[in-house]
Amino acid sequence: MSNSETGTHVSYLEHEGKYKGLLGWLLTTDHKKIGLLYLYCIIVFFFVAAILGILMRVELIAPGQTIMGAQTYNGMFTIHGIIMIFVIVIPALPAIFGNFFLPIMIGAKDVAFPKLNLFSFYLFLIGAIFGVLSQFIGGGAPDTGWTFYVPYSSQSSTNVIYALIAAFILGFSSILTGLNFIVTMHRMRAPGMGWFRMPLFPWSLYATAWIQVLATPIVGITLLMVIAERVLKIGFFDPALGGDPVLFQHLFWIYSHPAVYIMILPGMGIVTEIFPTFSQKPIFGYTAILFSSLAIAFVGYFVWGHHMYTAGISTGSRWFFSFLTFLVAVPSAIKVFNWVSTLYGGSIEMRPPLLYAISFIFLFMIGGFTGLTLGSVATDIQVHDTAFVVAHFHYIIFGGMGFAFFAGMHYWFPKIFGRMYNDKLAYIGWGFLFTGFNVLYFPQFIIGLQGMPRRYFDYLPQFQTGQVISTIGGFILFTGLIIMVGNLVYHAKRGAIAPANPWKGVTLEWQIPSPPSHENFDEIPEINHAPYFFGNTSENK
Amino acid sequence: MFSGASNLAEGVDKAFLFIFTIAAIFIIGITAFMIWTVIHFSRKKGKAPMQFTGNVIAEIIWTGVPLVIVMVMFYFGWHGFAPMRNVPADAMKITAIGRMWQWEFDYGNGMKSKDLVLPVNKAVRLDLKSEDVNHSLFIPAFRVKEDVIPGYSNYMWFIPTIVGDYEILCTEYCGLLHSSMLAKARIKEQADYDKWFADFKSEAVKPEPDGYLLIRNTGCIACHSIDGTKLVGPSFTGLYGSSRVVVKNGSEVTVIADENYIKNSILNPDLEIVTGFNKGLMKSYQEILKEADIKTIADYLKTLNEGK
Repeated sequence: MSNSETGTHVSYLEHEGKYKGLLGWLLTTDHKKIGLLYLYCIIVFFFVAAILGILMRVELIAPGQTIMGAQTYNGMFTIHGIIMIFVIVIPALPAIFGNFFLPIMIGAKDVAFPKLNLFSFYLFLIGAIFGVLSQFIGGGAPDTGWTFYVPYSSQSSTNVIYALIAAFILGFSSILTGLNFIVTMHRMRAPGMGWFRMPLFPWSLYATAWIQVLATPIVGITLLMVIAERVLKIGFFDPALGGDPVLFQHLFWIYSHPAVYIMILPGMGIVTEIFPTFSQKPIFGYTAILFSSLAIAFVGYFVWGHHMYTAGISTGSRWFFSFLTFLVAVPSAIKVFNWVSTLYGGSIEMRPPLLYAISFIFLFMIGGFTGLTLGSVATDIQVHDTAFVVAHFHYIIFGGMGFAFFAGMHYWFPKIFGRMYNDKLAYIGWGFLFTGFNVLYFPQFIIGLQGMPRRYFDYLPQFQTGQVISTIGGFILFTGLIIMVGNLVYHAKRGAIAPANPWKGVTLEWQIPSPPSHENFDEIPEINHAPYFFGNTSENK
Repeated sequence: MFSGASNLAEGVDKAFLFIFTIAAIFIIGITAFMIWTVIHFSRKKGKAPMQFTGNVIAEIIWTGVPLVIVMVMFYFGWHGFAPMRNVPADAMKITAIGRMWQWEFDYGNGMKSKDLVLPVNKAVRLDLKSEDVNHSLFIPAFRVKEDVIPGYSNYMWFIPTIVGDYEILCTEYCGLLHSSMLAKARIKEQADYDKWFADFKSEAVKPEPDGYLLIRNTGCIACHSIDGTKLVGPSFTGLYGSSRVVVKNGSEVTVIADENYIKNSILNPDLEIVTGFNKGLMKSYQEILKEADIKTIADYLKTLNEGK
């Protein structure tokens, strides 16, 4: 693997602990190796779910049956959703970059509970395998959608229970990771690093971790209740058994809306690291960005009802949820203004991480503004549960979280592997991804406005043009993914040797060799200035 | 999309227009600014980066301005929505029933229509009932959508303003044929509507046969049509007494569809599958239908052959 820069430096990749070889990886408690285990699993599962996505796009190229039957299609969008949401989008950024960089960025040698961290990984893996298995065994792929709405989910004869158990186990993994991070940040910051000297990616993980710890148990219990209803015929939600189907929707979204912020907050944290580095300039409005993360995490708890405007909830609660939903838009806007102001007056070097970070802002703005039409009650009535919603959340989750993930991957790649990827290939990959993404999802806004519902195996002929364009976009996007992942995978072992600090970053991870040693720091650093301190001006101390 | 055909469309479309206009201004403006900074402050120009860390006045402005804008958006959204929950007292009342996977519109006195036929310019209130799982009644041209949830009594209302036929779609996922759960809203001039209603009334007075009610309420007709259409399963029309090619234990055999065949198909559906259809889609109705019910159904199926 990589050459040591000095005679004494041994990278974490070469470090040998109690176990050797494969076992050294599988039983590791090194936060960096655990981060990589997550990374490899998540890439595999991501391609499984992406292929399901492409198959659905091919099916939708024409009305009626094209390559699969309705039951197969319904199973596919369910499993696509379950894998993407529970296995990839929710855990990915905290579990990969959080694990790898949180301890380094706060000057610690590991997370607070390294063994618990490994246990989280195995819970994650078991849950993910359950999720994929539910597609293939027994009564057929679950066909409820990832939202498991009752009464359908308590009646469907497919493998709903496997999928519910998968989501339950994955939830536990998420809670433990969150708990670990909270304790790590409270107890293990380097001497001199007060809360307000902590970089903003850790801060975003801090806000995220509280959501993981407080909100996830609610969905866990809810999913268990559905299992109890199916197995023991206890009437919680199914009116045929005396239950209440709207209660399920409340419980489900009390978790699953904050979960959206679990997805996006760490993504925001990543681009917040990238803008200062590539502008060689302190982040604009450190405090504003920090508190807007906390505000999003807090207000995000109280807006779940905007998923239920049409569910017959009271007029007063529609008012309340709409009002709060609009409030939660403000901290996101504050972040965008602070990011672009960080660019202003900088010394900007356009490299792949920055390109991805700027694309993130563009796509996130489209996702955010279309989110406002979903927060506004009148317009939501028209576009709720249509292709418009599909386009919106793909812009937020894939355009936002996904592009932030790609940005982070290109930013920290030299640190993780000690090698450089090929810039030119990275730009080509970005070109395909960005073009394909917009060609795929933008038409869904338009047909959604015209009344194309989501989760439709078949559709009316007037929507075909939009569907065909989307399918073409899907293939462009997929090509981009292959180029991007290929570039990274190939150069992880064969790329040019990376210097310790290729982008001239100032946060702690750039002050140690690439790749870092097993214990990150030979000597725990002492922090005596703000996290984004680029020069010797008095203002910034 | 701006072609609303109900009284509620204007309020909704105004909110859309306002939000989209603001969105376009900000998205284009901020994107242009980013591109400009990247070019103007390029490292290649060799200028030292400025080292400022923030500006309180700027923060106040870009907290305050978005706050005001989103509050205006909230107002438009609320203003467009509020009338949707205020049903006029004189609205005509129709019950919309959702079941897997069809709509039915109950005009009262046993008059049930597959399509929603209405006079133009008259307020109508739809009371939404589900017989099984969640559905959602969506008429895009009217900008109305409300969920149809079992055990709940939700409602919607509107005044159709333009004569014509409009799509009714189900927008809450409800299983296998969710995307086929369609109907039409047919808006007619008052005179045409009256004429339709008179014909409809005389047709609807004869009560539904018991056998039909049974197969409808059990959900059979979601997959087995009674008009000869091929759905998930074979149609009931022309079934009774016909000879059918079925797959039994892996080999094809021809059987006559008699009472016994019908009984077996209900209680043990996977044993004999008509060629061209799939196994495993139908559950056994062993504990749901009694012996007497099956007899009633078989008798009803016999009547579907009359006139053929």
